[in-house]
Amino acid sequence: MEKFLSFDDIRKSLENRETDCKAIVNYYLNNIQTKAHLNAFVEVYKDSALEQAAKVDEKRASGKAGKLAGMVIGIKDVLVYKDHEANASSKILKGFISQFTASAVQRLIDEDAIIIGRLNCDEFGMGSSNENSVHGKVLNAADESRVPGGSSGGSAVAVQANLCTVSLGTDTGGSVRQPAAFTGLVGIKPTYSRVSRWGLIAYASSFDTIGVFSRNVKDNALVLETMAGSDNYDSTVSKKPVPNYSELLHFDKRAKVAYLKETLESSALQQEIKENTIAVLEKLKQEGHEVEEVNFPLMKYGLPTYYILTTAEASSNLSRFDGVKFGYRSPNAHNLESMYKKTRSEGFGEEVKRRIMLGTFVLSASYYDAYFTKAQKVRRLIKEFTENLLTKYDYIIMPTTPSTAFKFGEHSNDPVAMYLEDLFTVQASVSGVPAISLPNGRDKKGLPIGIQVVANSFKEAELYAFANYLMGLNVN
Amino acid sequence: MLSAEIKDKYELVVGLEVHAQLLTQSKMYTADSTEYGNLPNTQLSVITLGHPGTLPKVNRKAVEFAMKMGLACNSQITRRNIFARKNYFYPDLPKGYQLTQDKGPICVGGEVPIALSDGTKRSIALTRIHMEEDAGKSMHLAGEVDTLVDFNRAGVPLIEIVSEPDMRASEEAYAYLVEIKKLVRYLDICDGNMEEGSLRCDANISVRIRGAAEYGKKVEVKNMNSFRNVARAIEHEFERQIELIEKGVEIISETRTFDATTGTTSSMRTKEDLNDYRYFPEPDLSPVIISEEWLESIKASMPSLPRELHQRFVHEFGLPEYDAGVLTDSKEIALYFEELCSLTRNYKAASNWVMGPVKSYLNELTLHISDFPIPPKRLADLIALVDEGKVSFSVASQNVYPVMLESKDSSPLEIAQSLNLIQQSDEGSILPLVESVLAENPGKVAEYRSGKKGLMGMFMGQVMKKSLGKADPKVATKLLTDLLEN
Repeated sequence: MEKFLSFDDIRKSLENRETDCKAIVNYYLNNIQTKAHLNAFVEVYKDSALEQAAKVDEKRASGKAGKLAGMVIGIKDVLVYKDHEANASSKILKGFISQFTASAVQRLIDEDAIIIGRLNCDEFGMGSSNENSVHGKVLNAADESRVPGGSSGGSAVAVQANLCTVSLGTDTGGSVRQPAAFTGLVGIKPTYSRVSRWGLIAYASSFDTIGVFSRNVKDNALVLETMAGSDNYDSTVSKKPVPNYSELLHFDKRAKVAYLKETLESSALQQEIKENTIAVLEKLKQEGHEVEEVNFPLMKYGLPTYYILTTAEASSNLSRFDGVKFGYRSPNAHNLESMYKKTRSEGFGEEVKRRIMLGTFVLSASYYDAYFTKAQKVRRLIKEFTENLLTKYDYIIMPTTPSTAFKFGEHSNDPVAMYLEDLFTVQASVSGVPAISLPNGRDKKGLPIGIQVVANSFKEAELYAFANYLMGLNVN
Repeated sequence: MLSAEIKDKYELVVGLEVHAQLLTQSKMYTADSTEYGNLPNTQLSVITLGHPGTLPKVNRKAVEFAMKMGLACNSQITRRNIFARKNYFYPDLPKGYQLTQDKGPICVGGEVPIALSDGTKRSIALTRIHMEEDAGKSMHLAGEVDTLVDFNRAGVPLIEIVSEPDMRASEEAYAYLVEIKKLVRYLDICDGNMEEGSLRCDANISVRIRGAAEYGKKVEVKNMNSFRNVARAIEHEFERQIELIEKGVEIISETRTFDATTGTTSSMRTKEDLNDYRYFPEPDLSPVIISEEWLESIKASMPSLPRELHQRFVHEFGLPEYDAGVLTDSKEIALYFEELCSLTRNYKAASNWVMGPVKSYLNELTLHISDFPIPPKRLADLIALVDEGKVSFSVASQNVYPVMLESKDSSPLEIAQSLNLIQQSDEGSILPLVESVLAENPGKVAEYRSGKKGLMGMFMGQVMKKSLGKADPKVATKLLTDLLEN
């Protein structure tokens, strides 16, 4: 029987002394073992998780436990945890042990969350299917012949298959929201700079965010409010105070909602997703909310802008993996140049190499202005448009993905088809605003559909409240 | 050798890029120590090593040091500072990029006044001063096949001071470097040691036909480890480039390295194989905003600058330009002198003392003025002793001063007394000496009286000798003259 499907469940069971943290961890460990073929976990921290559980149980007994006592969390393999290996699912970081813990993870531990292991993902967060991993592909528990989405595929499946209470992912262009949609979960990408990036292995620094997968909005809100906020280790993180999102979930206002014509009319959009999205919009209207269609003519520039800027940053961020100081060094090198070339050729996967080359190209002197500078300008336009729209409307609603989970190998030979997966998610990433994907029924094949809600920067409280309300409407 | 006539057809154009290693306690973007000379790879953190997941953080002290240099050079201070990544692969560059400033350096424009040996004064315009981090050091040890890397220096803060192509002679470049070194030391932001690499200089050198509006193709010369070598490299390049042009060979933009043993340059790489550094704004650092308050507090903390002290020494103390130049050479000497001048009114004597006996003592023992055993007050007492006629300058400098260097307790007067050096200025005690000298030299006296006035010096010498140097020369001269003329 499935247990511990929400943190409220866990808390109740703990309060009623029906269970303790050790039992909870053991329950998940057992699930992980049973579902090992899903390949969600790269490494299970059995001993340290049980040790942590015993400590938290002691603290509970003396009434000193933190607010996440009993919550068991898996972390994506791009978040570092002191004295634990971190690979970013890349051969180039095989054997690398971090000497420090990511601030976001530390804050969860400080509130007595238990870290149960690290989760599979696309290499350095680059991919939309979790097929680009040195640890192998992750299976979607809804249909094991299909991808879980990416890049945080392992994080999604870990919660989907009840292998932990919640999980951390990272979202640079949709890497939390798209897998959340493919697995029927709640997945948030917070405002850029809301959560410290200290300890997040960078893909594209000006886009990277740490997000949360959960079964319900409340757990998601609770985890984000614990992680978010200023941090001395990250000069770019926002110093704005963090409201307690999980206590602000009550929603009783009349919302102004926009939906983008270009998303619903996109030729790439699967019919059932369109129908379910429209059904939600109709329901909102019926409930008395103001729902309006707006045009987003810049939409077609979203993906190119995103791929130019993220690959540019990635090409630089990944330069440090050179075989000199840590991680993989090719045994076949005979001088400095061949050490660089062989280490990086052998250490990185195809998609990562593709993006490094793209990024190097767009930053090169002859193409800089045509690509990088232009993309920066378009980014500003998209950001301005989105923020403006969100001063007129409280929320923008759109599908999270054009299609539901696809089969393994379906897009493997066509990178551009794969990039289209991010069609609806990159707008929030390019603009830096928060967005959440919520389950929105299933298609005829029984595959989960996601719906995305976008709010203005730092409006996570409003976003969660509305998301919670939307989930309660039970439209699809 | 080129004939002066040919050389004269051409004009030399030089711009310098000077890197100054800042004297902050910690690195540019991390808290690691910057101490020099420790065991390799002991001053590291995960940030210095560029471990995955790390982020840089700007050292505010380094920003302040850069601001100070800018203020000292009358540069415009940029209020919103962003950083940029300069991307290239090298084993001593842990992140695969250097964090520097590209667009929007912290200091824009400015100037550095220089003085040439013939007294000419001019100003060298600055393009910019920007902040960046140093790289580590690659080491090739004898007998080792592998190259080893020491990352202690990686991340140490630097400022790069870029001049306009404003210099027209190697002497100007030399004077400019002297001035830069003086400034950074006055500001206490860099120890200015070129041999140890805390000050590094690359030169952009070109030549053009005198009067031409366009600059010639510039050649960048590296690896000069002293001011003199910078001047030598410039001289060499000037001739080399003229020779090529005279032969009809086109100058190519390239980077050349200077060889101190031969005094020549040779090609390192041409522009074609130059790195494309792919600069772009650093997304891992939020902009450093310099507020009005911050800028004002730095302005308020600025020490006296060499040119200000120079002005004061010339105008207030009435010293020759030469003296003011020597005395402001180093900040510590200048401050010592300034204090000395608050304790004596005889500024020229103070200047002579500091430029002479004090400096030669420091030079001889390669000491710093902070280790100089005589505080300004005691030196002022010695000057007073001379001024009062108690000892002559030569006795003071040759007999009293050496004892003062050794004994910290006795006053100059006590020393002079204990050595029985107090000048005899009463005629009663000097007269017998004068009389005996004249009596012993009747022949010379006759010669003097018949017109050989030059013998006065000889008589004086004899009197001084008999007085064991204590006779007041003024009194002795007067007595000698009186007796010889009458």
